[in-house]
Amino acid sequence: MSLAKRIIPCLDVANGRVVKGVQFVDIRDAGDPVEVARRYDAEGADEITFLDITATSDDRDTIIHVVEQVAEQVFIPLTVGGGVRSVDDVRRLLNAGADKVAINSAAIFRPEFVKEAADKVGSQCIVVAIDAKRVSAEGEANKWEIFTHGGRKPTGIDAVEWAIKMVAFGAGEILLTSMDRDGTKIGFDLDLTRAITDAVNVPVIASGGVGNLDHLAEGVIKGHADAVLAASIFHFAEYSVGEAKQHMASCGIEVRL
Amino acid sequence: MSLIAVVDYGMGNLRSVSKAIEHVAKNSDRVIVSSNPADINNADHVVFPGQGAARDCMHELQARKLDAVVLKAAAEKPFLGICMGMQILLTHSEENQGVECLDLYPGNVRRFKDNMHDSEDLKLKVPHMGWNRVRWTQEHRLLENIAQDSRFYFVHSYFAEPSDSSLIAARSDYGIDFACALAKDNVMAVQFHPEKSAADGLQLLKNFCHWNGQP
Repeated sequence: MSLAKRIIPCLDVANGRVVKGVQFVDIRDAGDPVEVARRYDAEGADEITFLDITATSDDRDTIIHVVEQVAEQVFIPLTVGGGVRSVDDVRRLLNAGADKVAINSAAIFRPEFVKEAADKVGSQCIVVAIDAKRVSAEGEANKWEIFTHGGRKPTGIDAVEWAIKMVAFGAGEILLTSMDRDGTKIGFDLDLTRAITDAVNVPVIASGGVGNLDHLAEGVIKGHADAVLAASIFHFAEYSVGEAKQHMASCGIEVRL
Repeated sequence: MSLIAVVDYGMGNLRSVSKAIEHVAKNSDRVIVSSNPADINNADHVVFPGQGAARDCMHELQARKLDAVVLKAAAEKPFLGICMGMQILLTHSEENQGVECLDLYPGNVRRFKDNMHDSEDLKLKVPHMGWNRVRWTQEHRLLENIAQDSRFYFVHSYFAEPSDSSLIAARSDYGIDFACALAKDNVMAVQFHPEKSAADGLQLLKNFCHWNGQP
């Protein structure tokens, strides 16, 4: 086996700036997206994900300019998500320089959108982002549901079934976030990660809960994730991407060094 | 000064390819993205990228009357095929229930099997997506300053199987040992994306910009 497991730093971008909210409050400014992306690239990031959390649609064009600027200077894969609602949105982001576009709530409102987008641009460009929360009580069989609105609104959709359906509709990759763990820094929901990863035949990126480097390694070893995503541990320079890779390698995980 | 043309036939975003080449080209070089046959005929170097399905690629090439132009470039000048721009140089692809391709090199394009597992019995997902090792099996000028077994970024579900194995310039391993680069005379074609492969990818593109087409 020689395909490396990927480490993906994630940047939340609002109005053209990198921000990191802790539990969606206390949004701290973490810098210029081009500068931050360049730093991650230099540290050896395998890919970079941008999530546009700009609240109003008036400012949607800002992310396009950010992607254009980053793509001129950073030559690794870029994924962009947040507010992607139409095939036109997908095309504009790809034309700006994104390699993959992540679709989240728009897929829940109208699953056929994923099919249309994959038909137009190819599955390899379409990531479906899944925000899941555990709904089974302790002692019960594991069950997770898809939530929207930052984890506040349940949809009644089973997460594993949803992942299988999205792959059938053309998703080329799944970005899986545990809404129970997001922002907690206590580690991935490994049961969730493994349940989804083992259920589908496309790569799965684990997200939500990373607080230290062991968490990243667990995501791969115990969660079977193909890639691991983290935001805050890299933003405030608690760890560099290079340190994360060294740690994963020391755990026996194949990474690009 | 040299004119480097990136062939635009409506398949995927070519901005990343052109920006990466601009990043490494000499100041005197000019990089254009064009679907105009005259531009491609006039270019000194031709880059033939591609993304998406084989049938769409062939259809768009033919609709723009670029198939013959691309073959002419591949016969005459330094030529770099990337991803689908490698696959459709072969005779036939099994994608989309079978597509006749450009037939520059006899051979087929096949899909990775769905039930592949690694040595630890974990599933190998399709597409093959991420950074894999590239083992060069030929000496080549485009490999200057690129280490053996360095990693390049891949994203694909199909791979090339040329009838003439002497065309194979590099191999990679994903469930099977597959050809990830082909080279002959003035042509190099790679399955991975040099424009997304950080320093080693940029080095390969730089070497291409400086290449005179001699193997």
